[in-house]
Amino acid sequence: MSGAERGPSGRAGGGDDRRPAAGDRAKEHWLVRPVSLRRIKIVSVIVLALTVLPDLFVEQHAAFGVEDAFGFYAAYGFLACVAMVLVAKALGAALKRGDRYYD
Amino acid sequence: MTSVPPGLILIAGGMLLPLLRGRVRALAVLGLPLATLALVWAVPVGASSTLPFLGWELAPVHGTVTGRLFATIFSITAFAAGLFALPRARPLELAAALVYAGGAVGVTLAGDVVTLFVFWELMAVASTTVIWASDQPGAWSASMRYLLIHLLGGMLLMAGLAAHVAGTGSVAFQAFPTEGIARWLILAGFLVNAGAPPFSAWIADAYPEASPSGMVFLSAFTTKAAVYALLVGFPGTGVLVPIGLYMVFYGIIYALLENDMRRILAYSIVNQVGFMVTGIGIGTEMALNGAASHAFAHIIYKALLLMSAGSVLHATGRRKCTELGGLFRSMPATTVCGAVGALAISSFPFTSGFVSKSMVSQAAVDEHAMVVWFLLAAASAGVFLHAGIKFPWFVFFQRDSGLRPPDPPAPMRAAMWLFAALSVAIGLVPGPLYALLPHAVTYEPYTVPHVVAYLQLLLFAGLAFFVMLPLMRRTETIALDLDWIYRRPLAVLARDMAQRIDRSRRAAERTGQIAWARLASGLFQAYGPGGALGRTRPTGTMLLWVVLLLGAFVILHFSQSG
Repeated sequence: MSGAERGPSGRAGGGDDRRPAAGDRAKEHWLVRPVSLRRIKIVSVIVLALTVLPDLFVEQHAAFGVEDAFGFYAAYGFLACVAMVLVAKALGAALKRGDRYYD
Repeated sequence: MTSVPPGLILIAGGMLLPLLRGRVRALAVLGLPLATLALVWAVPVGASSTLPFLGWELAPVHGTVTGRLFATIFSITAFAAGLFALPRARPLELAAALVYAGGAVGVTLAGDVVTLFVFWELMAVASTTVIWASDQPGAWSASMRYLLIHLLGGMLLMAGLAAHVAGTGSVAFQAFPTEGIARWLILAGFLVNAGAPPFSAWIADAYPEASPSGMVFLSAFTTKAAVYALLVGFPGTGVLVPIGLYMVFYGIIYALLENDMRRILAYSIVNQVGFMVTGIGIGTEMALNGAASHAFAHIIYKALLLMSAGSVLHATGRRKCTELGGLFRSMPATTVCGAVGALAISSFPFTSGFVSKSMVSQAAVDEHAMVVWFLLAAASAGVFLHAGIKFPWFVFFQRDSGLRPPDPPAPMRAAMWLFAALSVAIGLVPGPLYALLPHAVTYEPYTVPHVVAYLQLLLFAGLAFFVMLPLMRRTETIALDLDWIYRRPLAVLARDMAQRIDRSRRAAERTGQIAWARLASGLFQAYGPGGALGRTRPTGTMLLWVVLLLGAFVILHFSQSG
């Protein structure tokens, strides 16, 4: 895992803009070169900012009163996912077994 | 109108398939679903064929808008999954899959509960056979557990339907009365097949043991036929809302803990069916349209995701995330198709999931169900987390596993491209799908606020994934589920009981054998060649004894009477 692993923050960002390339060079694929990774990171941050920006002038229909807050969906999506990962982690501590458990 | 159910074409074709060879067989696998599709569309809405049976009027073919929607997608999926299966699947799998698809089509066109039940059980048998035909090592025992659960569900359904018919005197398949034990038994029977609690585990237990193509078939029919049955039989049943929400989060949490890529996708079936069940529970026209259209869209993108995962399994023989990674280098088509499926399941704007799932959320808004809406929104983000990113990331990207498998053969690629194109086409032009829905659609998915809201929700869910990545490191583990009860304690009990029965049977046998041997040797001693009663005696001796006995008798007689 260690050598090839790019680390947890290596690809922080939207993560939807990754596309495979046909040109598989002899050494490193262009997608995994450090330069590309840095660019992907920068583009991701810009995309994230761009999705929140419209909240300044687009009005959400606030059926329940909070959805029109600035960046509501961004914050809610992020926090909900963090919560779900933590819940899964906690449950995993109790429920995880080796994958030959039933064999 | 023909009274022959269109599904029977697939069923008969499937049963005859093993007799065919080579090109003719391939032609049958692809042609029969298309013929069925044509026949489905030849059934006018509202038309009904009748068939007298044991004093009831059955309606084996009954045209409804909802039924046609499901029959259409079942036929299309049978075609695409068949195409995907051609290069690798065993003949038995192909045959069983056609019968299975025919059963699903039969369910969606059944106008009465007897027909429904017959096709329902046929699906159970055929789908078990699909798992049997697998080349994966755990298939046999998984198929047995699968069959057990479905026999249980079938029993509940049978009991409920019998009580319903006895109570109401009607065999028509329509919304069931709102009270009575029959209703709950039928609901339970349907829910077992939908993967509702406490029987959610069978999906992730059994499906991933099927072959690469087998799981594509399995993902499409059983759970969605159950969704169809719930849509018709139980619209607006309040208890379905919490059940659906449980399924939504169950799927996310277990998928987050899972290491096997196809089990991740199996859990996300439960998750997606949860959205549909919630919609059926809300029960407004908007919600039912959402549930029906989401089932349609889901079958396509889930099959697409499983084709992508199946291609990886086909090429590498590996299923675990810990053994995969970096495959985008050598499997570009599989990666792109998998990514399209991942975006569609996440309801990304301009994919099919976006135009279908959001109707369920909208229905929650319309009904002022705030908690439901907030949970659905969190779950939508969670889908991107567990299926939308996790699956493609760990399989195609993350670290380089060093594997350089090629993309799969042409038929498998063609099937993937077909469903990828459909997923995007439905997202871009939802009109034709909306026109097939049970109720008139007044919903417009593409408003600027809605698109912005979804992009925020999903992209920041993506951010959360990469921020939390250290916590998501894959381990070679499974997570225990309620199936533990019948795989451990109940299995131990059953094994123990079987041993005891076996032991006592043997003991009884031994006792019986000994008793028989004694009896036989006793008889032999008495009547055998050397036995006292078997000996031949001289006539004179016999005569002497007769005279003595008669004499004694005469003396006794006269001494008493005198």
